[in-house]
Amino acid sequence: MKAGVLRERSGALLLVLPVLVFMAVFFLWPLWAMVTAAFVDDAVSKVLPRTAASIVSWNGQGVPSEAAHKALVQDLRAATDEQALGEAVRRLNSAASGFRTLLGRTIPAVKAASDPAQVDLLAIDPRWKDTRFWMALKEAMPPYTDRNILAAVDMKRDASGSIVLEAADASAHRLIMLRTLLVAAMVTIACAVIGLPYAMLAASLTGWKRSVLLLAVVLPLWTSLLVRTAAWFILLQNEGLINRALQAIGLIDSPLPLIFNRLGVVIAMTHVLLPFMVLPIYSVILGIPRNLMSAAQSMGAGPVRAFWRVLLPLSLPGLLSGSLLVFMVAIGYYITPALLGGANDQMISSVIAFYATGTANWGLAGALGLMLLGVTTVLYTIYGRFSTSPQVPGA
Amino acid sequence: MTLTKKLTLVGCLTALVTGVAVTSAQARDLTIVSWGGNYQDAQKKIYFEPFAKKTGKPVLDESWDGGIGVIAAKIKAGVPNWDVVQVESEELALGCADGYYEKLDWSKLGGKDAYLPAAVSDCGVGAIVWTTALSYDANRLKEAPQSWADFWDTKKFPGKRGFRRGPKYALEFSLMADGVSPADVYKVLNTPEGIDRAFKKLDELKPNIVWWESGAQPLQLLASGEVVMTTAYNGRISGINKTEGKNFKVVWPGSLYAIDSWVIMKGSPNKDAAMDFIAFANVPENQVKLPEYIAYGLPNKAAAAAVPANLQKDLPTAPENLAGAVPLDADFWVDNIEELNKRFNAWLAK
Repeated sequence: MKAGVLRERSGALLLVLPVLVFMAVFFLWPLWAMVTAAFVDDAVSKVLPRTAASIVSWNGQGVPSEAAHKALVQDLRAATDEQALGEAVRRLNSAASGFRTLLGRTIPAVKAASDPAQVDLLAIDPRWKDTRFWMALKEAMPPYTDRNILAAVDMKRDASGSIVLEAADASAHRLIMLRTLLVAAMVTIACAVIGLPYAMLAASLTGWKRSVLLLAVVLPLWTSLLVRTAAWFILLQNEGLINRALQAIGLIDSPLPLIFNRLGVVIAMTHVLLPFMVLPIYSVILGIPRNLMSAAQSMGAGPVRAFWRVLLPLSLPGLLSGSLLVFMVAIGYYITPALLGGANDQMISSVIAFYATGTANWGLAGALGLMLLGVTTVLYTIYGRFSTSPQVPGA
Repeated sequence: MTLTKKLTLVGCLTALVTGVAVTSAQARDLTIVSWGGNYQDAQKKIYFEPFAKKTGKPVLDESWDGGIGVIAAKIKAGVPNWDVVQVESEELALGCADGYYEKLDWSKLGGKDAYLPAAVSDCGVGAIVWTTALSYDANRLKEAPQSWADFWDTKKFPGKRGFRRGPKYALEFSLMADGVSPADVYKVLNTPEGIDRAFKKLDELKPNIVWWESGAQPLQLLASGEVVMTTAYNGRISGINKTEGKNFKVVWPGSLYAIDSWVIMKGSPNKDAAMDFIAFANVPENQVKLPEYIAYGLPNKAAAAAVPANLQKDLPTAPENLAGAVPLDADFWVDNIEELNKRFNAWLAK
């Protein structure tokens, strides 16, 4: 009996195994990697262990003692793993610009020296008397750090270790994050305003008319995002189709600024994301019994009232899940704002991409990613609160 | 199906998947990565296809948009799926210091003396000398702009300007527009006051700037009349003049030139073939064919000397073009790109 249950259980486990493996590989593992990238900070202390031990006692004033210099020289001479050393250099340069060329000059000189005891760092590069570089070294020694997550929200630790805001002209991650949410919200609203009537119309039609409407929504999904964005570029530009047509019929004299601004981004993103709004609403409306509207009318409600009191509330679950889908996809947008937006329309993904691919600062990229994930989770929770779907009476 | 049968099935599937993965890693053809567009089309014709024919083995080519993070991620992932990559000078300096590239065998390349000194490094050999310069459509502008000061002069030349998004190039050109002589640009930029000055100058032009990201965009912006002037890569300008009969012009004084290099990814399974390819692409007889397609300068001295005079005048390496140009300071950007990019984003968002 017991063996039978066990076999059944393991059989069931085996069936869900692909899902679990999928979740672990494509969800948990990247998430974990992102968290560790953001918080683990052992690149420098791994390569420079002696310096780590010796710099702890330094009070942050002036330049550390001769012993710290010696330890650094020893560490640099002992460092043989180029890639590990490279990671340490990248980490240090990200804290203090200039560290890269400083070490680029120091490392070969230290390695070439015949007697490590005679090496004078200041003689190799006078920048070694700059407190800034030593401070960056000291701060890079603890194995865990909050600097990435602080930088993601435009904060840092000052010399005394307390958390302060970065200067307004030095960093704008929060602003870009807010802008991302704002653009996503605008796109979601635009999609809802267009998508809801569209889905209702499609659901109320039958035969080939319905097929044509649905095809018009789904077809763009089969085209590459880049192509659709480029198409909007051609339509919206100053000498593009829309401006030419408006000028030809004499509505405007000079071209409307439709591109390289927020408007262009919202128009193109709305077009691209519309299917995610139309399809959920459409499927929900299809599930609403058709006789409900006639029932409402037979009980004295006019078409407008029947819409407000019956059809709209019942299609709300579709609208909500459509909005959620559109919003979630929209906050990750990157290509469309880059091609159609102006300077003030770049979204947070482009900043993440810069740190991830541009400078290989995966710590900050991870922290910004976590911030995005955090915001999304909060919004999703709020959505969960509101979306306890109204039940179709009697269904 | 019994449990054992299921397990066997899962086992077989796993073996199959890993088997496919392993064989594909071993059998991968030589993969070369460059910058795409009409430049890579030219490279395909004069380097990739002839090399494939010569060795009798297929050559794959891909394009990328740069970034040391891309290289780092591929190296960290184990065996890289790229072999030969064309990189900018910063990526060469960063990747070489961090051990992301194989050391080149210079004896196969004809020795270091055969090249411009700036094109020689342990990990890379120069492929082209290219320039970022002020460009405009001569069919649209009656009067030709001469300098960065003209680029900033929206009264004399009304209309939008195109700029590559990011602090690199934008800050150098701002300083030149503000009266800094080309030779002193990096000296000024290396001080905090110099950076403030560049951003302040950029402020003036900010409402009129359209920012672009990939090298093909400025051509499109110029062609459509969206901007009256833009920064652009010189080779693409002469390329589009040739292929589409445009009359785009480049202003050489105050332009910034740099060298792109071929490198071999560390741990490449096709290391030897990669080295052979780089050697093939740097033989003067092969390299000299490039300017016929696209106006980039040649780092191989013998090849550069063999370029016909009518093509020579469009190259960044022509003496009259070099006269007022500035070499891009890779060291400055390697040190400062992260901090300045953060500041640049904050400046954009203001």
